[in-house]
This record gives sequence, C-alpha cells and structure tokens, in this order.
Amino acid sequence: MVDINDADAGGGTSVNPPAQSGDDSLAIELRGISKRFGAVRANQNIDLKVARGTIHGIVGENGAGKSTLMSILYGFYQADSGEVLINGKPVAIHDSSDAIAAGIGMVHQHFMLVDTFSVLENVMLGAEGNALLSHSASAARKELQRLADEYQLSVHVDSLVSDLPVGEQQRTEILKALYRHAEILILDEPTGVLTPQEADQLFVVLNALKERGVTVILITHKLREIMDVTDTVSVLRMGEMVSHLNTRDTSMSELAELMVGRKLESRNYHRDGPLPPATGEGIEVVNLGVIDKSGKQRLKNLSFEVKRGEIVGVAGVAGNGQSMLLEVLSGISLPTTGHFVINGQKASADEPVSPSRMRELKVQHVPEDRLKLGLVKSFTAAESSVLGYQRARRFNLRGLLKLKTIRATCRRLMEGLDVRPADPNLKSASFSGGNQQKLILARELEREPEVLLVGQPTRGVDIGAIELIHEKIIEMRDKGCAILLVSVELDEIMSLADRIIVMYEGQIVAEVNGRDANKTQLGLMMANAHQEPVQDSVA
Amino acid sequence: MEALSGFFAILDATLRVSTPLILAAMAGLFSERSGIVDISLEGKMLASAFAAAAVAAVTGSAWLALGTGMLVGVVLALVHGFACITHRGNQVVSGLAINILASGLTVVLGIAWFAQGGQTPSLGSDARFMPLELPLAEAARAIPVIGTFYADVISGHNVLVYVAWVAVFATWWVVYRTRFGLRIRAVGENPLAVDTAGLSVSRLRYSAVAICGALSGIAGTYLSTAQNASFVREMTAGQGYIALAALIFGKWRPVPAMLACLMFGFLDAVAIRMQGVVLPVIGEVPVQAIQALPYILTVILLAGFIGRATAPKAVGIPFLKER
Repeated sequence: MVDINDADAGGGTSVNPPAQSGDDSLAIELRGISKRFGAVRANQNIDLKVARGTIHGIVGENGAGKSTLMSILYGFYQADSGEVLINGKPVAIHDSSDAIAAGIGMVHQHFMLVDTFSVLENVMLGAEGNALLSHSASAARKELQRLADEYQLSVHVDSLVSDLPVGEQQRTEILKALYRHAEILILDEPTGVLTPQEADQLFVVLNALKERGVTVILITHKLREIMDVTDTVSVLRMGEMVSHLNTRDTSMSELAELMVGRKLESRNYHRDGPLPPATGEGIEVVNLGVIDKSGKQRLKNLSFEVKRGEIVGVAGVAGNGQSMLLEVLSGISLPTTGHFVINGQKASADEPVSPSRMRELKVQHVPEDRLKLGLVKSFTAAESSVLGYQRARRFNLRGLLKLKTIRATCRRLMEGLDVRPADPNLKSASFSGGNQQKLILARELEREPEVLLVGQPTRGVDIGAIELIHEKIIEMRDKGCAILLVSVELDEIMSLADRIIVMYEGQIVAEVNGRDANKTQLGLMMANAHQEPVQDSVA
Repeated sequence: MEALSGFFAILDATLRVSTPLILAAMAGLFSERSGIVDISLEGKMLASAFAAAAVAAVTGSAWLALGTGMLVGVVLALVHGFACITHRGNQVVSGLAINILASGLTVVLGIAWFAQGGQTPSLGSDARFMPLELPLAEAARAIPVIGTFYADVISGHNVLVYVAWVAVFATWWVVYRTRFGLRIRAVGENPLAVDTAGLSVSRLRYSAVAICGALSGIAGTYLSTAQNASFVREMTAGQGYIALAALIFGKWRPVPAMLACLMFGFLDAVAIRMQGVVLPVIGEVPVQAIQALPYILTVILLAGFIGRATAPKAVGIPFLKER
C-alpha cells in the first residue's frame, strides 16, 4: 500500500492527462476526490480530466472504485474530500437533481426504468414540464423524434419498457439523459447485457453523440471496447488512478497490466505428454438424453468420457445444453434416457443419484450460477462456506451447528484461496463476484474431489483472480482428478482443456484436442457450421 | 312494480353501504400505488369516525366534524409515513400498530370524555350530514323506471356519498392524467428510477400517504356522522380490510376498485334485506349466516376468482438509497 501511495503522490501531478490545459475545454475535472466506507478506501485522491467532446474510458477491476467514483459524480454518495468541476466551474452535487442540472446524464448498469411505463412516460418522468400529462406528452413526443433522428436512437415510443429488448431499453436510458439536455453522458458497463450486434449499434450512437459535442465517459472492464471507441483512458486500481493515457498510444496488454498491477503472463497449462493408456475413467457418459417437462429435447445422445487427471472442456454458445449436462452429472436433474458412470457409481432415470450422494462420492460441483446454486446471498461467508456439508459431523453436533469450527474453517479456506476481505462474518452478497467464486471453489476443493464439475469458473471474475482459479483447476488435474469444464470463454477452455467437446442444440457436434484447437475453427463448430467431418479434427 | 322498487331499495342501500368502502379504497390506492402498504385504513377510519363524532357532538357542526376527521386521518397517515418512509420500518407492523392504537384509544377517550361506555352522544340532525334531494327528483318520478331510479337511487343521499363518486373520478384523473400521478405510479414501481430522475422519493410518498389519510378521514366521518348518528366502539367492523380487498380485486385501479366496493356493498345490502325472510326449501336463514356472507364471498373471491393481481412492484419495500 505504502509504495503505491508514494508513487501516486509523486506521479499524480506529473502524469500528463491527455487533455491539454485551458480549464473550460474540460467537460469534467475531478480534483483529489476521496471516499471511504468504514475502513475501506473506495476512492483515494482521484484526479481526472476529460476534454469536451471526447469519449473517455475508465477501466479497473471489480472493486477498484469505478462505481463509487461515478456514484459521487451522480450524487448518490458525497465525497469525503475533493472537488468536481464541470466546464471549469466547481459544482456541488448532493443528489441526482444537482447532477442533472449540471448536465450529467447516467446510464446505470441496471437500468433505472419503470417496466410498466411506456418509453415516453419513462423519458418524461421528472422532466414533465407541465402538471398535465397530455401537454408534456406531446412536447416530449416531438423532442424524442428529433433526438431519435439526430443520434440514430430509434425506439418504439409507445411500447412498454418491459416488452422491449435490452438494447432498446438502453437507448431509452440514453434518450432520458439527452431529453434532460445532458452534455456529459456516463455509461456504466453498458455492454454487459448486450449482444455483440447491439453493442456495435451502441458504439455508433456514442460516436454520433461525440460528433455533436457530447462528452462520453465509458466505464467498463472490457479492454477491447476501450481500444475500439475511446479517445483517452484512465486506469483505476484499488481506489487510485494509476494512469491516464491516450488510447492510441496504449495496448490491451498494457492496460491489463496497469489494472492488475503486475505482469500477466499468458501461460500454457497443457501437460507435456498424453495420459498413460491405462488411466481410469472419472466420468463415462453413454447415450445420455434429457427431455424437459415442456417436451423439449435438452440433451440428445451424449456419449463421452473424462479420464482421471484429464480436463475435458465443453464449448458452446450459452444455452446449448451445457447447463443441463452439469445439472444431470451433479445429480440435480434426472436423465430421461441413457446412463452415466461417475466415480464408479452408475446413474440413470431408474437409478437416480442425489446431489448429496454425489458429494459422498467425492464428485464436487462448482455451479455456473453461483448466486442461485452456489451460495445464499444473505448468509454470512462462514455459513455459505459449509453449504451442502452442514450435516457433516465436523460442523454439526446432533443438530446444533458448531459455529466456531465453521468460522475457523471458513477463515482457513479464505486464506487458502486469497478471498478478500478474509472475514467469515461478512454477508456473502458483499463480496465481489471473484471472491464469491473463490470461496465456492475453496469449499468444494476442500473435499478433495475425485471428479470435479465446473461451470463458468471465471464469469464476472477479475483478471487477477482468474489466474488463481485456473492454477487451482490445473493443480486438481495434476492430483488425478477428472474435470469437466463448461465455459463460454473460448480462451479459458483452450488454455486449460486436454480435449474439447463442442455442444450445439444439446448434442456433441465436434471434439478436438485442446492443444491444437484454434478459435476460428471452434467458433464455426459452435455454430455447427464447420465443414470437415468430425473425425478429421480429432488428433 | 313491487319487485322493481324492492330492487331499487337494495341499490339505494348498496350506495349507502359502499360509500365508506369506496373512499377507503381510493385512500389505499394512493398509498399503495406510491409503494406503501396500508393496512391501517381500518384504524384511520375508526379514529376519524370517533374524532368527527366527538367534534360534532360538542360543536354541533357536521363540517367541522369532517375537517377534524380528515385531520386525524392525515396525522395518523403521517405517523405511518414517519415509520415507513423516514425510518424504513416494516409497513405491515406499522399499520397494525395504528389499528391497535385506534381501537384502544377511541374507547378510552370516549369513556373519559363522554362516559357512555365508549360511545359518543347521539347527534341531532344539524350535526350530521343529512340526505339531499337532488333537483327535479320529484318531477322525474313521472318517468317510469329511469325517473324512479333517479329519484329513489341516485337522489336522496347525503353529500359524502356524492363526494365518494367524485373521489373515484378525481383519483382516476390525478393518477393517470397528471404529472403527480405519473410520479406516484413510478415511485411505487421503481423508486430508484424516480430518485435518479432527480425527484424525491420521500416527498412523493409522504404526499401520497397524506392524501390517503385525508380520504380515510372522510370515510370515517361518513360512518359516525352520516350513516350513523354517533360513534360506536369498533364501528368500522373490518371495512378498512374489505376496502383493501376491493383494491386488490380492482388491481389497484380506481374504477375496478370502485366496482368491487359496490359489489361488496350490494352483498351487504342484500344481507340486510334477507334478514327474517323465509326462503323456500331452506327456510329462514339465520341472521349470522347472512351477515357472514360478504366475508365468506371475500375469501372465496380472493382465493381464486380474480386472476393474477399484480401489485405495484415496490409496494412494501422500504427505499434505501445506498446500493
């Protein structure tokens, strides 16, 4: 901590923000903004200069203080110290109405829309102008039409927001800001919920806004977007601004290093040679099929095996049966046809195996949706860290939980996987996604699994934590654990898996060797558009 | 002709019985649409009924009684608001507390002030809201059916009955046609959206709750100074809850909620009419069974005949600004 402080005290003033001097050319200037929550320094002595009519990116890991900073700008929080200048003039922002008056518009990560209202009503809300709605509505309708034409922001003005696709809801949010004459538009993780096409459309809009002199601040952790659309970029790390750069002078790898604060090596996790032929099998799936309650075929004729000490990656566009496969193998759902043998135990529709029996078999499951299946948000970390094992003799004294043991175990798990903050009494919901994931992983690895089922292990997880999670998975592989890894991140599967199976509409459409896989080929397979017969691609 | 006038008599009674329900349902609509659950309609009506009757008994002025009734309603509503909006307390608990408070306090004060076992002295006609003859009511009688309907059903009520009708229209207009209504609806659906639009969630909710208090005050005043001539302990007899049920029947919309109130009123009126009537096959129906009828129907209807009622999304959830 200390040397970071020193570096910043020396560097904060010497780093030349890309925007050149002349205060009134700056749309926003922040000087020495600090904010703490209890012992946590969310923002520390933040300086920021954003020139008018540019797109400025702010990157940082989860918990680096991006959201706090923007909340201060929009009046959700008051800074403990520091000042905000808009167009060269100091302003005090105590609540949203001050921010709106200062010309700041914000598109929140979770949209601030009333679902049961039409687009028009949402845009008007708070800026109606007239006490009678009919007057305000006709004015707003005209203005919306003008904005839509000028910025290519087409929306169905009279549709209910809940009926609109996410991209259009987001455009409604942007229209809301523009309707209030926002000159500075802040977007918080705007592409997290968008399809690639919708994201492209958003960037077209942002560029149109920029041309009309609107200043755009884009908060994201997706470095590609920063490179594609921003003019300048600032990097936040652990509550401090560590760098201000011109986007064209930097690179994704430099930004990633600045975000994490150390060099990231791209590592090759693949083992040196093939597995010995006599290696036993951890998972054997034979003709597995699932038809759900609505009669839809979710899995069809799946057959594959995972050997001990092997990682098999399941690639595929989300929603092609991968989740169902994990649910079946972990005992949560029943197969309709076929059977599977997992760590020596056969399971089929006639011989169901419950999730708790799976745990006894040392088959551990790190679920895809950690908030739904992995932990209980309102439980403390200690309670979440024994979920599924609360009946174990170690934690349970004939019905009474051994709280002291549970807390001690949780603390040990937290130290083992560097879960921060290492406080077992904190609510599970108050940890960042990466730390929640590490806690769940620690809980499951504690049982020394012989078969490990992992779903989306690094979804919403920081770069730094991703590395650690990958190392743990490799460590388990080297201990002889059979691992099935489901992920939508192709890079992840390609760097970890020994073999990759590709799923499309509930079926396996291809299988490739992990070491030889290339992204284009996998992408085609995921869309079931690969030309070559499956056999050719198997090494 | 005999049957028709009997039917008109039931309709006439329906209007009288459903008036407090309609007023209370509109009161609840404002509160719940803004996101504040209000089971204290019952308590507010009771307290207002007592306050109005007490003032009417002392001053002899029905209008002063109405003002006091509304004032008491607003004060209790603000207490509810203070607990639920400012301090983010549990809205059901706060409402329940107000109901218990009103039930106890009215009796205690009644005994202390009037020494009539919790009742207030009965009011003379000057101190009450008396039936009004609408213009041309007698002349209209000459026209068959429509004219008699006008004279027998529409005309001849006290002013608060007509106030209730106006309240339904006014509520509809305010909620759907004004800026204030848009904001009230928004704050009950997504207070965060309202806050980020630069509006004060608390101020909106306080205004909604205050309107709720005023309307329940009118409902309470109606009970003790128009429908009856004195306050009787527990005279609301669950009407606040019935109004709440009607509000849910009506899916938090003014006109459907009014129709639900009229239905309850109609059942009540029929029940009164049926007392002592000997039916074929069944014989004389016990009074208790008839009186229980509206409540039994409420349970049945609420249990399955109204389809899915979607409440305002944020109703009952205290608004916390920090995320």
